[in-house]
Amino acid sequence: MTRTATTSTTTGSGSGEPLLSVRDLSVTFGRGRRAFAAVDQVSFDVRPGQTVGLVGESGCGKSVTSLAIMGLLPARGNTVTGEVMFDGQDLLRLSQEQLRERRGSELAMIFQDPLSSLNPVVPLGVQVAEVLQAHKGMKSGPASRKATELLNKVGIPDPTRRLKEYPHQLSGGMRQRALIAMALACEPRLLIADEPTTALDVTIQAQILALLRELVTESGTALIMITHDLGVVAGLCDQVNVLYGGKVVERAERHDLFSRPRHPYTGGLLASIPRLTEERGRRLNPVPGSVADNIPWEGGCAFAPRCASEVEACRSTTPELEPDRDGLGPDRLLRCHHPLEENPLDDIRTHQPEDTEGGPA
Amino acid sequence: MSTATRESTQPQPGSEEDLLVDVRGLKVHFPIKKGVIIDRTVGHVYAVDGMDVQIRRGETYGLVGESGCGKSTFGRAVLQLEPITDGEVHFDGVDLSTLKGEKLRTHRRHMQMVFQDPLGSLDPRQTVEQLLLEGMRAHGMARDGKAARDRLSELLTAVGLPKAALSKYPHEFSGGQRQRVGIARALSVDPQLIVADEPVSALDVSVQAQVINLLGDLQDEFGLTYLVIAHDLAVVRHISDRIGVMYLGSLVEEADGQDLYDEPLHPYTRALLSAVPVPDPGVEDAREQILLVGDLPSPANPPAGCRFHTRCPWRQETRCDDERPELREVQIEGVPGSHRVACHFAEQIASGELAMHSVEAVEDEPYWAGPEPDEDVDSAGFAARDMPDTGG
Repeated sequence: MTRTATTSTTTGSGSGEPLLSVRDLSVTFGRGRRAFAAVDQVSFDVRPGQTVGLVGESGCGKSVTSLAIMGLLPARGNTVTGEVMFDGQDLLRLSQEQLRERRGSELAMIFQDPLSSLNPVVPLGVQVAEVLQAHKGMKSGPASRKATELLNKVGIPDPTRRLKEYPHQLSGGMRQRALIAMALACEPRLLIADEPTTALDVTIQAQILALLRELVTESGTALIMITHDLGVVAGLCDQVNVLYGGKVVERAERHDLFSRPRHPYTGGLLASIPRLTEERGRRLNPVPGSVADNIPWEGGCAFAPRCASEVEACRSTTPELEPDRDGLGPDRLLRCHHPLEENPLDDIRTHQPEDTEGGPA
Repeated sequence: MSTATRESTQPQPGSEEDLLVDVRGLKVHFPIKKGVIIDRTVGHVYAVDGMDVQIRRGETYGLVGESGCGKSTFGRAVLQLEPITDGEVHFDGVDLSTLKGEKLRTHRRHMQMVFQDPLGSLDPRQTVEQLLLEGMRAHGMARDGKAARDRLSELLTAVGLPKAALSKYPHEFSGGQRQRVGIARALSVDPQLIVADEPVSALDVSVQAQVINLLGDLQDEFGLTYLVIAHDLAVVRHISDRIGVMYLGSLVEEADGQDLYDEPLHPYTRALLSAVPVPDPGVEDAREQILLVGDLPSPANPPAGCRFHTRCPWRQETRCDDERPELREVQIEGVPGSHRVACHFAEQIASGELAMHSVEAVEDEPYWAGPEPDEDVDSAGFAARDMPDTGG
C-alpha cells in the first residue's frame, strides 16, 4: 500500500492518515491471580475507505476488541489499557457523555444478531428516526422522511410500510439491513461490523456484503470487519489481522495472506476449511486440539501446544509481532519463532476453474 | 470435469438397486390455526411438498438449502419424527408409515440422528456413560454388563474421546467433544442410517474439520449411510456422494457431488454457488456473482408454477408462472443421467440461448405472515452484478 498519497484512489484500499489508531489495547477481566487478558496489546490502524479484518475463532478476543473501541464494555469487572486514537482524541479517556455523542454519529456498530439489537416493542421507523433526532437534532417529520430514504438505500422494498412494523415482522436479512440503515443514519466515519452475516443464509449474506462493499467505496467509510469466515475476509478486507489468544499473530494484505500464510495458525485455518475450488474428498487437515489447550503468552507462544512446527523457543520465549524476516514487505507482521516456509495450500489447489485470471497483480 | 480421480478416494456406494432409503412423494404440511375457543385451520405451511429421494446403502446424501426451505423437516420426517401428510418412506424395504407403536420404536434402532446443537441435544444431568447406555438399554443391547462396557470403550475410541470421558457431564466438554459424544450416542445402537442435521455448523472452523474427518472415518469403519443436512455448500460438497438442492419444500436439482458444482443447471443452484464466499482473494475478485434480491417466499403461500420464478433471472413468461416443473433428466451433452433438474428451460440456459434479465425488487410477504393472498405482492427482484476485476 502506498503511504505517500501521491497516486490516490486505489478503490477501497484507503489512503492518508489513519482515522482510527489502536495502540497496545489490552482488556483484562478479573483481578490478581484470576486475571485473564481477553485482549492483549493489540495495535492496528484504520484509514478512511479502508476495510480492516479481525479474524479468529471464538475466544480469540475479536469481539472484546470492538466493544472496547466503542466503550461498550461493562463499567465494572474489567481493566482497559492502551490508546484508541480517533480523530486526534483518545476514546478511552472520554467521559460516557462525550462517548455517547460520538457513538451513532461518528462511530457505529452492527452486531451479529439483529433481533436482539432492535427494541422488540418499538416500530422500526421510530428506532431509525430516533438516531437522527438524537444526533442531528431533526424534528420527527424530516427524521422519518430521512428514515424512509435510508431503508430504501439499504434495499428494503416498500420502506413506508416497513417503518410501521415491529422487528419480529421482518426476516433476518431485512433486520440486518435495518440495523445497517440505523448505523448509516448519521454517516459515520467508522463502522464496526461484528459478524454481520453469520446468522444469515448465503444468498442474503452476499447481498449484505455487497452493500457493505458499496458503502466503503462510495462514501469512504472506514470499516472494521470482525468475522471467523475466511471466505468473507477474502472478498472484503484490505488488511487482515489474525487473532489468537487475544494477540495479533499475523497481519497482511489479503492477497498476501491467502497466497502466502506464514503463521502456522493461519496456515492451519486455511487448510482446515473445505473449499469449492479444490479436489473433492481431500482429507481435511484440522488444527489439532482446541483453544482450551492454550498456554499463557508469558511462558512462550499460546498456540504452541496445537502447533505442528513447534520449536524449543515456543515454550520459553514470547514471540513478538515483528516485520516478517523473509522480506515479504514492510506491511507484513508476524508473531512466530518458526514460521511456515511453504504454503500448506499449494498441494490442495488442484481444482481451480481454468478461467480465473484475477490474481494478485 | 475431473470425475475420474474422485472414485478412488470415495467409498464405493452400493449398486443402483441397493436402496436403503426410498422416499416417494413425501409431503409434510403443518396446519395454521386461528381462534380462541374453536380451532379453525386457516391454512397450511407447505414445509415439504413433494420430495422424491433415494439413498443407496453406504453413500452420503447431502441436502442443501437455505433456512425455511424444509430440509430439516424432511430429515425428521424420514425418521418418522414429524407426521407425514402424504407419501411414503421405505427404509430397507419396509414402509415406515405402516409401522406403529412398539414396532416403530424397535425399528428406530436402525436410524439415528445427530443434531446441530451438541449441548442442547444432550441431557445435562446424565454422564456420558448414562447417555450412551440409555439407547442401548432401550433396544435390549445392554443386558450383558461386561459386553456393554466393552462396547462403550469401543465407541469412545471410535469417536476419539478418552476413557475418562465416561464419568463426565456434557458441560465439561468443549463444543467439538460434545459433538463427538452426540455422534457416539447415535452409533451406540449400531444404526444403518444416520441423519445429521447441520452437524458442524455450530463449531469453530478448525474443530469443524476434525468432525468432518471423523464422520468420514466412521462411515468407512461401520459402513454407515448418511443423510447430511446443511446450509454450507462447501462442507456438503466435501462429504457427499450425491447432493440434492432444496427450495421451498422440494428438490430443484440433484446430482453427483462434483457434477453439481462443475455444471449447476438450475438458476437457484447457480445463484447459491456464486454466493458462497471462497477463501481465495483471486477467485473472489474474478468471479461473477448472481445476487438474488429479496427473501424466500412464504411456504404458507408458495408461488404458483415454478417455486423459484419470483426470484429467477431466467424466468420466461407464463410457463414458469403456471406450470410446476418436474425433476427430470436433461438432454445436454456431457451431463449424465444422474443429474436431474426441475427447470423448464435448463437446456436453453446451459447453452446460453436464454440470457439473464434483471427483475425489479418488489416486496415479498414474510413467510410467517399467514396465507392471505396479496395482490401487489408477487415477485421479488434480482440484480446481476459483475465483481470488479482487480486482476493484473
